[in-house]
Amino acid sequence: MNRIAAIAVHTFKESVREKVLYNLVVFAILMIAAGLILGGVSVGINDIALVNLGLSAISVFGLVIAVFIGISLVWKEIERRTVYNILSKPVARAEFVLGKFLGLVLTLVVNTAIMTAGFYLVLWYEKGTLGAPDLAPLEAVYFILLQLTLIVAVALLFSTISSPVLSAVFTLSLYVIGNLLDDLRSLGAQSGSAALRGLSRALSLVLPDFGAFGDIAPAAHGQLIPGHRILTHSLYAALYATVLVSSTILIFERRELR
Amino acid sequence: MRPVPARRAVALALVAALAGSIILRLGLDREASVQAPGTAIYVTSGETLRRLSLGYEGLLADLYWTRAVQYFGRQKLAGGGDFQDLGRILRITTELDPHLLIAYRFGAIFLAERPPDGAGRPDEALELIRRGIAANPSYWRLWQDLGFIYYWDLKDYAQAARSFEAGSREPGADLWMKTLAASVAAQGGELETSRALWSEVYSQAGNASIRRSAAGHLAAIKAAEDIERLNRLLGDFARREGRPAASIEDLVRAGTLPARPIDPSGAAYEVGPDGKAALGSGSRIDLRLAR
Amino acid sequence: MRALETTELTKEYRLGFWPKRRKLALDRLTLAVEQGEVFGLLGPNGAGKTTLLKLLLGLIFPTTGAARILGRPLGDVRVHARIGYLPENPSFYDHLTASEFLNYAGWLCGLDAAARRRRGRDLLEQVGLAESAAVALRRFSKGMVQRLGIAQALVNDPDVVFLDEPMSGLDPLGRREVRDLILDLRRQGKTVFFSTHILPDAETLCDRVAILNHGRLLGLGTVQEILGGSLESIELILHDPAPGVLQALAAFTTASVRTGDRVRLELAPDADVETVLAAALHAGARIISLNPVKASLEDYFLARIKDAVATAAGKGAGGGEAGRA
Repeated sequence: MNRIAAIAVHTFKESVREKVLYNLVVFAILMIAAGLILGGVSVGINDIALVNLGLSAISVFGLVIAVFIGISLVWKEIERRTVYNILSKPVARAEFVLGKFLGLVLTLVVNTAIMTAGFYLVLWYEKGTLGAPDLAPLEAVYFILLQLTLIVAVALLFSTISSPVLSAVFTLSLYVIGNLLDDLRSLGAQSGSAALRGLSRALSLVLPDFGAFGDIAPAAHGQLIPGHRILTHSLYAALYATVLVSSTILIFERRELR
Repeated sequence: MRPVPARRAVALALVAALAGSIILRLGLDREASVQAPGTAIYVTSGETLRRLSLGYEGLLADLYWTRAVQYFGRQKLAGGGDFQDLGRILRITTELDPHLLIAYRFGAIFLAERPPDGAGRPDEALELIRRGIAANPSYWRLWQDLGFIYYWDLKDYAQAARSFEAGSREPGADLWMKTLAASVAAQGGELETSRALWSEVYSQAGNASIRRSAAGHLAAIKAAEDIERLNRLLGDFARREGRPAASIEDLVRAGTLPARPIDPSGAAYEVGPDGKAALGSGSRIDLRLAR
Repeated sequence: MRALETTELTKEYRLGFWPKRRKLALDRLTLAVEQGEVFGLLGPNGAGKTTLLKLLLGLIFPTTGAARILGRPLGDVRVHARIGYLPENPSFYDHLTASEFLNYAGWLCGLDAAARRRRGRDLLEQVGLAESAAVALRRFSKGMVQRLGIAQALVNDPDVVFLDEPMSGLDPLGRREVRDLILDLRRQGKTVFFSTHILPDAETLCDRVAILNHGRLLGLGTVQEILGGSLESIELILHDPAPGVLQALAAFTTASVRTGDRVRLELAPDADVETVLAAALHAGARIISLNPVKASLEDYFLARIKDAVATAAGKGAGGGEAGRA
């Protein structure tokens, strides 16, 4: 436990020094502020557009940050051989993976919190006051964070197998597919063959369902997520993250560090 | 360090190229705007777009809505157009975000409005509103909009009354929905009823466009009511005096009217060649908007 | 319990995609190191020294064979609590300072905060980096990196220390310090297992050595055993000898070199020292020094490597590296 905490804290501190992260967060906040302009150019959607643009910015930049840190921080460790320093100590490979994952999640939470704070600042500037319906975006941010946790786990998994560029491509591809699982299923259902139907159904159940965490549009209309849905989705994210991290551990335990 | 003349040559080439590219851009922009005041809509299915948007359909809907507003504004600036793409843009917008209520409400009004102020497609407007009601059953104002289209654009007073009635049953509906249903059923087509309807639209209008349109209709209705009243007075005058009035001044001199009445645009009413009251020559009212 | 023992430890790499192309990095290596020994692993670049160390540390996995460290089999990470490791060409985290890094290393070894602070301070002192404690690692020179590497290898006060090329990157003063450090570790009863291709270091420090080439063990034992205790020659240095002196000793001399007013004579190894001395003194020579020259590890090494290369070339099994000291 102590060792996992050490690795997690170290990973977090290392990511904090990444200049790229600062740039991305700044850009995200700029984009959020641009929501003010979108509302002004259009008619009657000031608050809606602000929330839509703000949450979309947090989602997109969060995605970029997640992929970036998920891949670079682990790849760097292996490529630069600094991982030797860790594995020569009484640290199991599983502890290394877990520590890295938790450190990355901590980084995501902090970055997302900063962007969300910027978002609420802009929202407050636009609306003058904030009330109960303005909690809806916060729930959407929570769902975004669940998504990002899974993304970073996927990136971590791929980066223990392949090069950074390929890992990024695979991770983003999985994100796109994970948003289109309904289409995958219906594609299979429409095809004639039972085998394809079965395959597409199986895939749509096994692949990560990123689309389930989409909540930006309802949040823009002030719709809160029902409590049971928050619970089920949190559980799904926890379970799937376990799947991903366990896979990473299994792979990493067999990986030769030349 | 490169020698100075060579550096100057490079700087000059840079400025010349930049100027050339700007001139070229201007030319290309002019060409583009001549080609089509419309917009190119590459993806005709909102549903497809929604699937491709990976969770960002809300933002995309807002962008399409903004496009709709700008499209409409551009057409109006160009002196009215056929707004032929308006229906499609609104459909895509509402397929992306079925809860974007302003798209339904705005769409209803300007799709149904007769040219040059709108697209003159009440059937498309009906379809849009129906989809809005299906996606937002508790938003009773959409029933109001539906009733309005039946009343105003299709002159189907029975359907209009039914829509107002259905809307009045939703929780939270304003009380006047019920009275409106009743008066439409009884007096569909009467100016008074129309004025009530357009007053509601005006007071609820969330933006300047809709308010302007409603004001125009209200002004026309007021003018139409004034003309009806003036015609009654002219008739009375003719019966009393035994001859038709030559102008409105006759009524004023006879003491029927305190002063020469003006229409909402500030122009005085006149007596037309057929002996009936009419708008003054300087009037900016369009009486067609009264019906 | 032995500090380290390997049994037929073998590592075979598959090169590229084809199963046929394989490289045998370590070939059935069997050796044992007792606790408290300073053990040297010698061999040219590519001999398999680093491969062996990485196998022992669990960074790579053996193809066949086994090994035990302090009685625990490979793969038991808990034994890492009692060992330390300095990798070849160590690299650290640029964004940390020296003391932050040692703090992290100590944390991973389970030391509490106070112990980490104390240990960090002491170790930095010990390796001569006390003044650079707050300097970011990205600004460290190669020599400083090497010293820090040794420090982090000792952070948990290990019983067995594995050092891969500990002298690399150090100036002569630094190398002297590392030598003293290794001797100090031995004095504390620790086992030191280090690899090097700098033979004089091994000669002076090691109780026993193993010589590796192409993944195979060529020799194992004390330096004495390997060299066989034989003399290579006897060195006699005279001050400005008269020609008569040189003539008197001509029978014993195999080579002679004159440098200024000194002449260094190389005498046959089986020459009787007393006879030589008597002859020299009788001829009126002024003797500066008389030294037996033992066969050095270097010579042994070059000879064995040459043999191995010749054998390998004869077998036609791929070109090897010529022995490089």
